[in-house]
Amino acid sequence: MTSNVTVRIQESDFDIAGEISALTASRTDIGAVVTFSGICRGGEGSDATTALTLEHYPGMAEAEIGRHAEEAMTRWPLTGVTVVHRTGRILPGDNIMVVLTASAHRQAAFQAAEFLMDYLKAHAPFWKREETAGGTDWVAAKTDDDDAAARWDK
Amino acid sequence: MKVLYFAWVRERIGKAEEVIDPPSAVQTVGDLIGWLTTRGEEYAHAFETPKVIRTAIDQMHVRPDAAIAGAREIAFFPPMTGG
Repeated sequence: MTSNVTVRIQESDFDIAGEISALTASRTDIGAVVTFSGICRGGEGSDATTALTLEHYPGMAEAEIGRHAEEAMTRWPLTGVTVVHRTGRILPGDNIMVVLTASAHRQAAFQAAEFLMDYLKAHAPFWKREETAGGTDWVAAKTDDDDAAARWDK
Repeated sequence: MKVLYFAWVRERIGKAEEVIDPPSAVQTVGDLIGWLTTRGEEYAHAFETPKVIRTAIDQMHVRPDAAIAGAREIAFFPPMTGG
């Protein structure tokens, strides 16, 4: 079986249903697709996010995600992985990124999606700048994300 | 070697990339950060808390004790906040 991994970084929005269709097209061995979609959260009050601007390290970001997607393919019996991550300015309610994992059975798909998200948060070179009514500032990384990624280290 | 800066490291230094030629005594990532901080207030500001700075050599994450010999591209950035 050829490796069915798709990684894209783009400014434009994406269509989750279309990405699922592309992952499952003309296959009959898939029993489960897990979708994690990251969406720009707004909120209320003066510290509510009014927009996010995402910066990335071109080349390294694709390589880091690709390596982790390939690792997921070797750790679980997956039939495919798709990761799409946006850059640029994103408004509340808009898509930021999506991870899709496909497998014969749900457990592998769920675990692989969680693994990919934990690693992406801690290792993929993306940075968010947040706009609020009070101004703009870089979002601080959470140590929880490092801890979440570390639990997958063997 | 080429050095790249991202996010607030880029903003504090005021440039996204530059070509540098550090002295031979600068052998590790930690040495390089120390040397960069001597180049001006903007560098000192960007690297004022070295332990929060993340580094990649040729697009692979490395630790502060990593050797820089042979590196083509070294990138400095804050902890990642994607996803």
